[in-house]
Amino acid sequence: MRHGALVYLGAFFALALSWTGFVLTPQMQVGQMVATNTVPAGARYPVARPGLAQQGLQVYRANGCAYCHSQQVWQQGTVFDVMLTDGGTNQPGVVAALQAVMPRLSRPEALQLLEGLPKPVLRGVSREEAESAVKKLTTSGAKATLWIEAVGPDLARGWGKRRSVPEDFLYDYPVLLGAQRVGPDLADVGVRQPDVGWHLRHLYAPASVVTGSVMPGYPYLFEKRRVVGAGSADALALSGDHAPEVGYEVVPKPEAKALAAYLVSLRADAPLFTAPFSVGASGGPAAPATNAAPTAGGGVP
Amino acid sequence: MVSPEAKAKAAAGAPAIDAGSAEETVSCRWPLLVLFLGAAGWLVAGSLLGLLASIKFHSPMFLAEPAWLTYGRVKAASAALLVYGFCVPTALGVGLWLMSRLGRVALAGPVVAGFGGGLLHAGVAVGLVGVLRGDGTGFLHLEFPAGAAGLVFLGYLLLGTVGVLTLYRRREARMEAAQWFVLAGLFWFGWIYSTANLCLLVFPVRGVAQAAINYWHTGNLLGVWMGLMGLGTVFALLPRLAGREPGREYVAMFVFWVLLLFGSWTGIPATAPLPAWMPALSTVGTVLSGLGVLGVAVIVHQTLAGRYGSVWRDERLRFLGLGVAAYVVGGVMQVVEALSGRSWMLHFTWFTAAREWMQVYGYLALVMFGTVYAIVPALVGVDWWSRRFLRLHFWLAGAGLLFVAAPLAAGGVVEAARLLNPALGFVEVSRGTLMFLRLSTIGELLILAGNGLFFVNLAGTVAGICRRALADALRRWGAETTGEGAAA
Repeated sequence: MRHGALVYLGAFFALALSWTGFVLTPQMQVGQMVATNTVPAGARYPVARPGLAQQGLQVYRANGCAYCHSQQVWQQGTVFDVMLTDGGTNQPGVVAALQAVMPRLSRPEALQLLEGLPKPVLRGVSREEAESAVKKLTTSGAKATLWIEAVGPDLARGWGKRRSVPEDFLYDYPVLLGAQRVGPDLADVGVRQPDVGWHLRHLYAPASVVTGSVMPGYPYLFEKRRVVGAGSADALALSGDHAPEVGYEVVPKPEAKALAAYLVSLRADAPLFTAPFSVGASGGPAAPATNAAPTAGGGVP
Repeated sequence: MVSPEAKAKAAAGAPAIDAGSAEETVSCRWPLLVLFLGAAGWLVAGSLLGLLASIKFHSPMFLAEPAWLTYGRVKAASAALLVYGFCVPTALGVGLWLMSRLGRVALAGPVVAGFGGGLLHAGVAVGLVGVLRGDGTGFLHLEFPAGAAGLVFLGYLLLGTVGVLTLYRRREARMEAAQWFVLAGLFWFGWIYSTANLCLLVFPVRGVAQAAINYWHTGNLLGVWMGLMGLGTVFALLPRLAGREPGREYVAMFVFWVLLLFGSWTGIPATAPLPAWMPALSTVGTVLSGLGVLGVAVIVHQTLAGRYGSVWRDERLRFLGLGVAAYVVGGVMQVVEALSGRSWMLHFTWFTAAREWMQVYGYLALVMFGTVYAIVPALVGVDWWSRRFLRLHFWLAGAGLLFVAAPLAAGGVVEAARLLNPALGFVEVSRGTLMFLRLSTIGELLILAGNGLFFVNLAGTVAGICRRALADALRRWGAETTGEGAAA
């Protein structure tokens, strides 16, 4: 190649293409996103984090928490459960339908199953299988509902109810998805551990609440001071090796309180149209008390 | 196939990079020394901070106070110093040198280039203080706060302009592969760095569009920009130092277009909460850019076929050779990582860290070491301060790379397997990687020692010529005064 201009033009078009694809298009697609609703409860999602939690995000950024913690829950797929909620009045028909749905089920077992509903009939099947089972059961006079369950190793670990979606980060700046899991994923940590006091103790001395933790402590977010009078209401309830000397107490600085508020505000438990799941579905026995369709709701922080 | 001159050169032992005209040498000397010397300083500081971060895995409460020494800050600072403190200025300096030498023309605006280098280093200094104070942005590979990034960008802009002008004024009409690579690299950095900083720090976009831009910048910086600057350098220097004909130009062109067209779509992991087409397209881009890695292997083989031994006999070639090997390994690791994204999630583990070590230190930094070792003696007119340090640096760098990347990659695979098993508590998953992390500390220690030798050697060489220049000036002054005295 003799001409610098040609090389330059080639580079220009190649980069312009990639820029259009990965900068401009996402800006038009997710950069213009607005709040959505949870499904089926219809609550607004997301709601901006409380002010203290927003300050906490800045503490999270300043101390490089994202170098060890990801905030992206991975979901490998979606499976369906069939819940039998009401046996109806046509017992022989329902038993026949049950045996059609579950070929290995003997008649006494089917009768036993009809006691103490609701109970799961099929678990972890494809949508087609689940729908055909619901149809068979409904035709026989029973009532059955379809439950949606998000699955994947992260979800099995209890790191959330569904995958992370763009909506989760709509009002955050900066959006720190993290790249590595030196520590656990935090997308849903506020649901797993809603106790602010636990987070503060964990930030001060991780080993005091998680045995064997490799996380460093952040003593500089706290103040160790002499107890005056009755002591501070904020003082951490530390014990054993991690407790301060007698006559001293460990009190969180505003940064620590903000960071803990941010951590408990991290929740990935709102069922959305793009990432659906039935609330309580993975709980199995914790089935709803009524035979109404499972309701979604509680997810809004 | 080998020209008689090349044969004669090769026979004469380690062939020198020919110094170019005096005009070219003089114009490049100070701007490049400013860039290289500052970069070597940042490299040592960066690897020291990296070692501190690594030691925290031996004892989590090690230097938990003060705030500026916390893991997240020293890790960010060390990553930023390696990329923006060392790789960017050194690669830009080498790029300017290639533009001048291959075009057979003096650098256009050496004073502007020197000033640009100074600005770049000032930006890195401000950025380092910012990150350690807690003003880091949190975005990976864009750690510096907006003000520091602005200084880095201004410095780059001056250096890039000088590079393009030098190319424009070239006396040799035909462009070598190295010149296209460097030209595209100069252009690339400006676009990605300005876009990322403007859209993330100055006028931040909403929500996960930030993450998309961050991924795009990282993919382009590590994959395309580093690929262009380092490979251009290798394609120019490898045949000259080995005394061989360069590889076929069409293979270089293939590598060039693969990098530009496919390399620019890499970097978005399968798990990212972005519209599904983005990670999918990115995986395709990564796999296709693996073709470029093959092209590099072919071109290096064409250049060195039958004479791999010559690489071993020349320390500078050893650096380049190991650098290219790391490029190939890093490229393969990136493809594996992208393909594993949906099932193994290797990208969340230390495997990613091992891959980045391969790409940033193993490939680009080693290529730049070899190049700096090759061109500085020609620039300053004296040999290196210590040849022994130079040889030792290679061994420390090579062993360090092995001790960092191999345990981290193995640890990453183990970690990925354990992450997939939800029955295993997370504490067990993270503790399972500790042995590998602690092994990698040894590697970081070796790398720090090597980087220290590089800095001392460069500083010693520059101090030597400064002392000589000073002595000359004094002698001239003395001669003038005695001359005047005699006349009186």
